[in-house]
Amino acid sequence: MGLFDRFKTIREVHGAVTACGADPFGVKMEKIVSSTEAMVEGRKTILCGSNNYLGLTFDADCIAAAQNALAEFGTGTTGSRIANGSYSCHKALEVDLADFYGKKHCMVFTTGYQANLGAISTLVGPGDYLIIDADSHASIYDAARLGHATVIRFRHNDPADLDKRLQRLANEPGNKLVVVEGIYSMLGDHAPLKEFVEVKKKHGAYLLVDEAHSMGVMGKTGRGLLEQEGVDADVDFITGTFSKSMGAIGGFLISDHPDFEILRVSCRPYMFTASMPPSIVASVRQSLAHLRKHPELMTKLWRNVDTLYHGLEAAGFKLGRQKGPVVAIHINDPALAARAWHGLLQNGVYVNLALPPATPSGTALLRCSICAAHSTEQLRRVINVVTKVGLELGLIADPSVRIAAAE
Amino acid sequence: MTRDTVFTEIARLLERFRAGDKAVSFDTVIAEDLTMDSLQVMDLMMELEDRFDVSIPLNLVPEIATVGQLADTIYASKVGA
Repeated sequence: MGLFDRFKTIREVHGAVTACGADPFGVKMEKIVSSTEAMVEGRKTILCGSNNYLGLTFDADCIAAAQNALAEFGTGTTGSRIANGSYSCHKALEVDLADFYGKKHCMVFTTGYQANLGAISTLVGPGDYLIIDADSHASIYDAARLGHATVIRFRHNDPADLDKRLQRLANEPGNKLVVVEGIYSMLGDHAPLKEFVEVKKKHGAYLLVDEAHSMGVMGKTGRGLLEQEGVDADVDFITGTFSKSMGAIGGFLISDHPDFEILRVSCRPYMFTASMPPSIVASVRQSLAHLRKHPELMTKLWRNVDTLYHGLEAAGFKLGRQKGPVVAIHINDPALAARAWHGLLQNGVYVNLALPPATPSGTALLRCSICAAHSTEQLRRVINVVTKVGLELGLIADPSVRIAAAE
Repeated sequence: MTRDTVFTEIARLLERFRAGDKAVSFDTVIAEDLTMDSLQVMDLMMELEDRFDVSIPLNLVPEIATVGQLADTIYASKVGA
């Protein structure tokens, strides 16, 4: 058997998807025009799948902060925090974030993926239990494989199911860490956090919430779902990323746990990779300061969410149940979804194509993400294009037919 | 509960994943002889956890190749072996 023979199935599936006329997983962004527009295949294209929730990627202050740090500290750190030392800016970002969340401790990671990988694989060890939502992000599943805890899955967003599974472990002596996400990246639904907090308290478990898609998006000041649900004090660990609302790259872990600092010399995905470049740290600090000064950016984001969600809903598309900055259009047939995705691209609209097994329950999704910087005109254009392509491919019925059927 | 009754119940739950007429046996290889992808295998484990009121850690799944091994894992967990 050849080295690459076991990728036969993936090759076949990928081949079937690219039969739509383009590779949804290999799009070339020829030029980035702004936080909401790029040139793709020579066409000006509206970016509606970039997770750039606050549109800060071209913020003048963020760019200036990054440029200054670049000149002052150089292009990179060329090593890890434990080997090459922490720059003053790494520490300053950790202080900023801990302060933002009102918690004592923070460590930053080079990517959000590594934040989950490191935190989750290190917090629980041999004899402990890691209990994860069935629809968890790949970084959580990979952390489960990297770590040495016993791993149990519970049904997605189902506190009663978690309760049942923790009950089965009631007589097991190990620590229990429950992991959920603020907003789930594929369907855009969010965890029933208050209920999960009740369950974890009942069983004496720890709770880690990944706020990757909800930081800078939910809660009065942007701390995420835990702030919106008023459970800040009951969440033991928070992870997140700087690659979405913060417009850069990097990740973090936050907690009040008194022994937190030991993680810096025990967490391998923190110890054995080069630290964040100073320019990125500087832009993230500026993004965070911007969010704290201008929480009204989130109001703009949610107004845009309303526009796109209700526009697509009115056109007849089947969307995710919970309204938020991730709007997922359900299409049962992956090949049809790929054609729809390509149709949108040819009409100057970029969204994400998401396919099983990255999506739950075998559905294919056209995954849109909304930006505070989207103009109403851009979103109307997106709705019009999606509707046009949807009608052409029979994903939705002609409005006149639908009205007649309803009467 | 015996190993055989555990197997019978698993075989019943696997009916919907049978490829062709071949009956599910102890030697049925889950990843090859049935029409299940890796996600469906993980979901089946949750279903079996509830059916038998046991925990089947995700860590064990890669070591379970056949339906017989699956029945053994659940039986061992059930009788506390």
